[in-house]
Amino acid sequence: MKAGTLRQILLITDGCSNHGEEPSAMAEIAREQGITINVIGVMENDVIDEKGLKEIEKIADSGGGVSQIVYAQQLSQTVQMVTQKAMTQTIQGVINRELQQILGDSRTMEDLPPEKRGEVMEVVDELGETSKLEVLILVDTSASMKHKLPTVKDSLLDLSLSMNARMGDSRFSVFVFPGKRNDVEKLLDWTPNLEALTATFPKLSTGGLTPTGPAIREALTYFNKKRSLRGLLSHDDEQYFEESM
Amino acid sequence: MMMNNTLRNQCKLLAGSLVTGKWNKNQYKIIKELGCGANGIVYLVERENRHYALKLSDNGTSIISEMNILKSFSKVQGSTLGPSFLEADDFIKTGKQLPFYVMEYIHGHDFLRFIEKKGSSWIGVLMLQLLTSLSALHTNGWVFGDLKPENLIVTSPAYKVRCVDVGGTTLIGRSVKEFTEFFDRGYWGLGSRKADPQYDLFAVGMIIINSAYPGRFHKNGEGYRQLNDLIKQKKELLPYRKMLEKALQGQYDTAIQMREDLVTVLSKQNHSKKKGTSQAATRQPTTRQPTTRQARRSQNHSKNKRGGFFETFLLVAIISMLYVLYIYEQLL
Repeated sequence: MKAGTLRQILLITDGCSNHGEEPSAMAEIAREQGITINVIGVMENDVIDEKGLKEIEKIADSGGGVSQIVYAQQLSQTVQMVTQKAMTQTIQGVINRELQQILGDSRTMEDLPPEKRGEVMEVVDELGETSKLEVLILVDTSASMKHKLPTVKDSLLDLSLSMNARMGDSRFSVFVFPGKRNDVEKLLDWTPNLEALTATFPKLSTGGLTPTGPAIREALTYFNKKRSLRGLLSHDDEQYFEESM
Repeated sequence: MMMNNTLRNQCKLLAGSLVTGKWNKNQYKIIKELGCGANGIVYLVERENRHYALKLSDNGTSIISEMNILKSFSKVQGSTLGPSFLEADDFIKTGKQLPFYVMEYIHGHDFLRFIEKKGSSWIGVLMLQLLTSLSALHTNGWVFGDLKPENLIVTSPAYKVRCVDVGGTTLIGRSVKEFTEFFDRGYWGLGSRKADPQYDLFAVGMIIINSAYPGRFHKNGEGYRQLNDLIKQKKELLPYRKMLEKALQGQYDTAIQMREDLVTVLSKQNHSKKKGTSQAATRQPTTRQPTTRQARRSQNHSKNKRGGFFETFLLVAIISMLYVLYIYEQLL
């Protein structure tokens, strides 16, 4: 009953942005709004260059999320793992802040003896299981990503399988960038089921620019702005209302 | 990949070095590395002349979750599936706090190597043991989750199957977070990742299939059809076919039900070896019993049979050896 909503952006890309705002600056804005950004860099036979690597790490860092570079074959496992890990991280962050208020002098979970930490961790696990989750998936569909898109689709289906096994509700939406006319294009509106991802998805690809920064900025506007993360710990009136209906 | 590198650097300890706990002050001497997982390195350690396994990690979250699981494992009565938990503590290494926990050291062969050495006839027997342990775990409200041959160890001298990695263990009704694609029913499109007893039973089915396909294989999108075709292609899997079909499609409500069917399969195999197939077929209905206790009795039954066979064999062997000795002496 104490579950709130965790909001994440999952950025799947294979390299550097080359258009518009600095992506890590946009990630910082997301974080301010309580939205975590995770970044997965997908490689196949190609390698992501140093600059791309740095950017991927920096976006996740600014966005308070997790980043990982993987080969396309391992994408499913990674998408699931990264999402899960970021959820735990966010919840832990909230709990740490609460602990600091209770214990004072900037103490965190790590300063507790292992047994107590275990008890706190049970609460974290519990919240991770019962919280609502909203993941906005942002897929880079620039030319080099084209042959990786079927794998990306599979991994997204796999992600919804994992997340829907939780007790809390999960909702996803899918955006691609660059879009046909704009920097970013909506493919799928908020839905619990990614099966709806069309058959055309793997065939999408547009050449040219990679506007990662503008894509993140645009994506942020699709989250409803409400409540702070502290809502995770307090009783959530809105959910109560929804459930009683 | 990058994470693993930093993990390795931080948690790397040489043989002979000492790990001292910050809270309990216990001291462990590193003997060797046993294995390296996604979120930690496991060492064989020694304290007061006893061996333990110690897992060291730079990721406090996952290791604490595992510690919680191990603790609740030890509350499951009569289950010896996982290692028993000793203590958890922190190790300060050059200013950085690395959490660790200490557990029982389970010594033995890993499952696949054991089967390779002893022969595939052991698969059934070990799966019987595993299903019994799983049943106890399920009754207590837990699902193992990440069941796979790599996580199974066969101890000796009494061959007993144990599990070494409990990171995937999940409360029934929650989502399984640690799994391996080949053994995960979600991957094959044959069910959700919500923890229920059927999730583990699916994995048991896949372990049996894995023994016939050591190289494993990937899904082709056909779901159950693909698995069924591959089962049909291996004659060592044919006796298990009915049971596998039910396990893979989630038709067993409990581990005990699956165990009963496995007992039937195994006793059938024994009979067909001894008396030919026709009689085995007529015997089948009597060994297939719905309740637990009866299943256990029928298993004892087959054990006795096997014991009797062994006794006869031993007697014959001893007598013929004496006879050979006698002849040998006569010749001299």
